[in-house]
Amino acid sequence: MSDKSTTEQPSTTRVKRGLAEMLKGGVIMDVVTADQAKIAEDAGAVAVMALERVPADIRSQGGVARMSDPDLIDGIIAAVSIPVMAKARIGHFVEAQVLQALKVDYIDESEVLSPADYVNHIDKWQFDVPFVCGATNLGEALRRITEGAAMIRSKGEAGTGDVSEATKHIRTIRGEIAALAGKSKDELYVAAKELQAPYDLVAEVAAAGKLPVVLFTAGGVATPADAALMMQLGADGVFVGSGIFKSGNPAQRAAAIVKATTFFDDAQVIAEASRGLGEAMVGINVSDLPAPHRLSERGW
Amino acid sequence: MAGRGPVGVLALQGDFREHIAVLRSLGADAVGVRRPSELAEVSGLIIPGGESSVIDKLSRLFDLAAPLKRAIADGLPVWGTCAGLIMLADTVLDGIQGQQSLGGLDIAVRRNAFGSQLDSFETELDIPVLGEPSVHAVFIRAPIVESASTSVTTLAALPDGRVVAVEQNNLLGTSFHPEMTGDTRFHEYFLSKVTSQ
Repeated sequence: MSDKSTTEQPSTTRVKRGLAEMLKGGVIMDVVTADQAKIAEDAGAVAVMALERVPADIRSQGGVARMSDPDLIDGIIAAVSIPVMAKARIGHFVEAQVLQALKVDYIDESEVLSPADYVNHIDKWQFDVPFVCGATNLGEALRRITEGAAMIRSKGEAGTGDVSEATKHIRTIRGEIAALAGKSKDELYVAAKELQAPYDLVAEVAAAGKLPVVLFTAGGVATPADAALMMQLGADGVFVGSGIFKSGNPAQRAAAIVKATTFFDDAQVIAEASRGLGEAMVGINVSDLPAPHRLSERGW
Repeated sequence: MAGRGPVGVLALQGDFREHIAVLRSLGADAVGVRRPSELAEVSGLIIPGGESSVIDKLSRLFDLAAPLKRAIADGLPVWGTCAGLIMLADTVLDGIQGQQSLGGLDIAVRRNAFGSQLDSFETELDIPVLGEPSVHAVFIRAPIVESASTSVTTLAALPDGRVVAVEQNNLLGTSFHPEMTGDTRFHEYFLSKVTSQ
């Protein structure tokens, strides 16, 4: 150690996971433009997520959804001083290389965009910038962490305003972690096989009772009460996508969701935050979505 | 362990749970603080890492900023790490529009002074007041102390001279995150300030 006394080590696992630790208890908001990013920052977002179109538009317009235009990402980075995340397609390591070159603070390898590879995810250890990835269950979360993800978000069903999938995924992940805690070592070998995840990581999660990275939740959060529900179910923080900029009054709704996330266990504060917000985004019931249109089934 | 009441950790946003865990591992009674009534009970306070613009906004929205400023002026021991250091600075450089701080430390702090997340790092830092060995310090989109009045003591600086830990009377501020590394000496140092107040 002593010979490293003047050496700065960037992009270590601790540094990558550490930024996500600092975002806990906060709201990360999807933005398409620099103007939206500014509104999000002013409303109390801990970070913004740059993407080409918000999920509700990807859903209604169809077509291939890709990484944002670098000009838009540069504009967003210039407009705000909070961390800027940006989405790359699953398996599209060149989009990720571009986003790293643009100096975003985090990359989301996201099922909300059209996958670029239906077999492989990005080898995230090859990058200096940290990654967040979606997961619907513990096995998926652990496979993403094995590939180098420094933060996990439960997927939910983006662009619907229907929180039921987000609820299912955070409950599933937390429930599977709790189930591991009761297992003996011989049972953990079997659990690792069933989770399709490395034994050492499974054993680490069983011992700690939590993931080794921060766990946010996403996909369908549209109201202050939705955000507080996710926090009461054990999320470390929330992503809000279409729910803000597809609503009647984005600035007010964004600020209200921030308040409800901090005071997630105080119904009085959530009630106050929920008053007079105007139109929530028009929702789609996930059960009405034919399976091929469910984004959460992308990724494996 | 502490003087009059538990040691508080401001729990509006950020890595407050990690600070609470370290304090408890040292035998201190530690509680999260989100309300003025909770602040009134504590004998010391840590403002954690997080997003300073959000912590500022929430502290004003929920009527904590004014009592916090009074408590700081009345001598409550307060330690800010990263975003917390920004909150304790009299002057904030590169804040978002309208960003305020609680103040108390007669310093100017620059937000995100090292650049983007790609410029975040960990390193070994000599902190004479903690003795040997050096402290393993984690800097995440960290601020630096760009200038300080003569009444502020520098506790640590990077090899190039940039100041990253300061003390002034009842207040402590660090650019880095002692709550992340398992080295409890900085928390012990803070608790000694709380007990000796």
